Amino acid sequence: MAIFLTEKSRVVVQGMTGSEGQKHTSRMLAAGTDIVGGVTPGKGGLSVDFAKRSIPVYGSCADAVKATDADVSVVFVPPRFTKGAVIEAVDAGVPLVVVITEGVPVQDTAAFFAHAQANGTLVIGPNCPGIISPGRANAGIIPADIAGPGRIGLVSKSGTLTYQMMYELRDFGFSSAIGIGGDPIIGTTHIDALKAFQDDPDTDAIVMIGEIGGDAEERAAAFIKENVTKPVVGYVAGFTAPEGKTMGHAGAIVSGSSGTAAAKQDALEAAGVRVGKTPTETANLLRTVLTPAAL
Amino acid sequence: MDLMEYQAKELFARHGVPVTLGRVIEDPAEAADAATELGGRVVVKAQVKTGGRGKAGGVKLAATPEEAVAKAGEILGMDIKGHTVHRVLLAPAADIADEYYFSFLVDRASREYLCIASTEGGVEIEEVAHTNPDAIAKVSIDPVVGVDDEKAAEIVAAAGFPIGAQDVVRKLWDVFVAEDASLVEVNPLVKLADGSLEALDGKVTLDDNAAYRHADHAAFADHASADPLEAAAVEKGLNYVKLDGSVGIIGNGAGLVMSTLDVVAYAGSQYGVKPANFLDIGGGASAEVMANGLGIILSDQQVRSVFVNVFGGITACDAVSNGIVQALELLGDQADKPLVVRLDGNNVDEGRKILAKANHPLVTVVDTMDGAAARAAELAGPGAEKGQ
Repeated sequence: MAIFLTEKSRVVVQGMTGSEGQKHTSRMLAAGTDIVGGVTPGKGGLSVDFAKRSIPVYGSCADAVKATDADVSVVFVPPRFTKGAVIEAVDAGVPLVVVITEGVPVQDTAAFFAHAQANGTLVIGPNCPGIISPGRANAGIIPADIAGPGRIGLVSKSGTLTYQMMYELRDFGFSSAIGIGGDPIIGTTHIDALKAFQDDPDTDAIVMIGEIGGDAEERAAAFIKENVTKPVVGYVAGFTAPEGKTMGHAGAIVSGSSGTAAAKQDALEAAGVRVGKTPTETANLLRTVLTPAAL
Repeated sequence: MDLMEYQAKELFARHGVPVTLGRVIEDPAEAADAATELGGRVVVKAQVKTGGRGKAGGVKLAATPEEAVAKAGEILGMDIKGHTVHRVLLAPAADIADEYYFSFLVDRASREYLCIASTEGGVEIEEVAHTNPDAIAKVSIDPVVGVDDEKAAEIVAAAGFPIGAQDVVRKLWDVFVAEDASLVEVNPLVKLADGSLEALDGKVTLDDNAAYRHADHAAFADHASADPLEAAAVEKGLNYVKLDGSVGIIGNGAGLVMSTLDVVAYAGSQYGVKPANFLDIGGGASAEVMANGLGIILSDQQVRSVFVNVFGGITACDAVSNGIVQALELLGDQADKPLVVRLDGNNVDEGRKILAKANHPLVTVVDTMDGAAARAAELAGPGAEKGQ
């Protein structure tokens, strides 16, 4: 099965004609993703040639969906056009929008997220690496060659920690790995991903990676305690982060006593989640909790 | 970007929020004229980007211009939670009848905006939340609708503010939206003796991602208070945060770099060794970026070893290795501290080959992140000189 994204997903790429969009469309195609179109305002009717396929470009999401029945959009447009692009995808009835773009103003995200929620569209991101269901499809920029298909589910705020953890557990492989992004407002949360992994018959165990800032990990811990029966191991980055200094991600900031890594670790451990001190130790914890069926 | 009080008040004034701007001075000698101009009796307030100024002695009442000079002299140069006071704001002492708390903020949990308002102002709101939670009104705001007349009335009623406060609430909302803020906080929002409202303090956080919409916000940047290494990093476009340790850190991706700091701190705890900085070189990692990053880290006198930790996702490890080799060439004698490099991912074999071939005396390649962190910590530790 995998979560959110499968081999049946029909993907359009908003911003496919830009350099990033083109580069990653090529990578997503190589990973087996069924890319059915690109969207660039004013360039409808053109097409872009990739190694094995020529992909048509549409002038709007509505045109793209009408012509292709796309059910996933991956957004690579620059920050100032991101809000409009997501709203366009929502209005075209796309059920899943993956927003890769970094640097989106938080009020723009608040607006497009509210619009998406009101219309039943699931958003992943912004400022995230996207989602990969290895061997099935890849929507975003996660390198497809780090790890193959398997039965571990991975959810992380950070892109490079997603890659690191996939690498650590490449001998097991993943049902899906999802980078949800580190901005103050994000579409899909740890809880959304945990719920989906819990319900996915092809996922046996879950790795959850968090970082300083906000209280998403604490809320996820409460959710795990009540709702998740599959084994979960956790990792939290940012124990050494000082108060009041943003560590790279706009959301990664400790203010006062809230948002600290220690508080997140405590909450996760209180919910029965084993938390590793390093990514490698976390991967080893997962090996010890995996059920024999998964081995 | 966090604003200082006087900057927040400038924004408030632009949107019609009632404030008294007062005078900002950097030299105590200017306080006498400023105080006289403001009516003699003034409050002298430290301008720093941190809370708890009052408790730290950074806010003082001066009854006369002479006293203003003395108080300004006491506060200027003061250290408040690691922030040196370079500027004070002189404001006329207000005739206060009541003190309220008010804020608009981005609420991560609900992914909407939130208004927090209370008639118990003038003290830390966290304290009120603890001692008298019923006195705090929390009103959620739909980002699509925003604060219209109806919502403003709801806020005023929920908070127990006087009739007529809607106007100030709407104007503060204008500040929040029009300036792309993620926080607008007024504590205290005061009712004066004549019944009118005034923002006596202001705390605003502007969204850096929205800077392209606000060319005027660049003027608010506080170059004087920045750490010199951080200021140099900003000039080079690097994402660098100075910390108080001895292992310089370079990595790609915010999460991995944060994790690298932790792993170094963990490995170094036996030697009392800590990370010296956060530096995310992002994707790409060209020789120039690597040289700029290494240059900044090596100019930190506290640094005794450097850990370069890269996972090549899209970034190719051979490009990173070339970057390191060229950076060391560019830096020449300036590069004088041992470098521990850990590479994994995209093109890792080629990357390791390049470093092996260069065989630079300062560079050690270690295969795992934990192993490399241990080595870097050891090299910065007390036995390092003998061990090398």
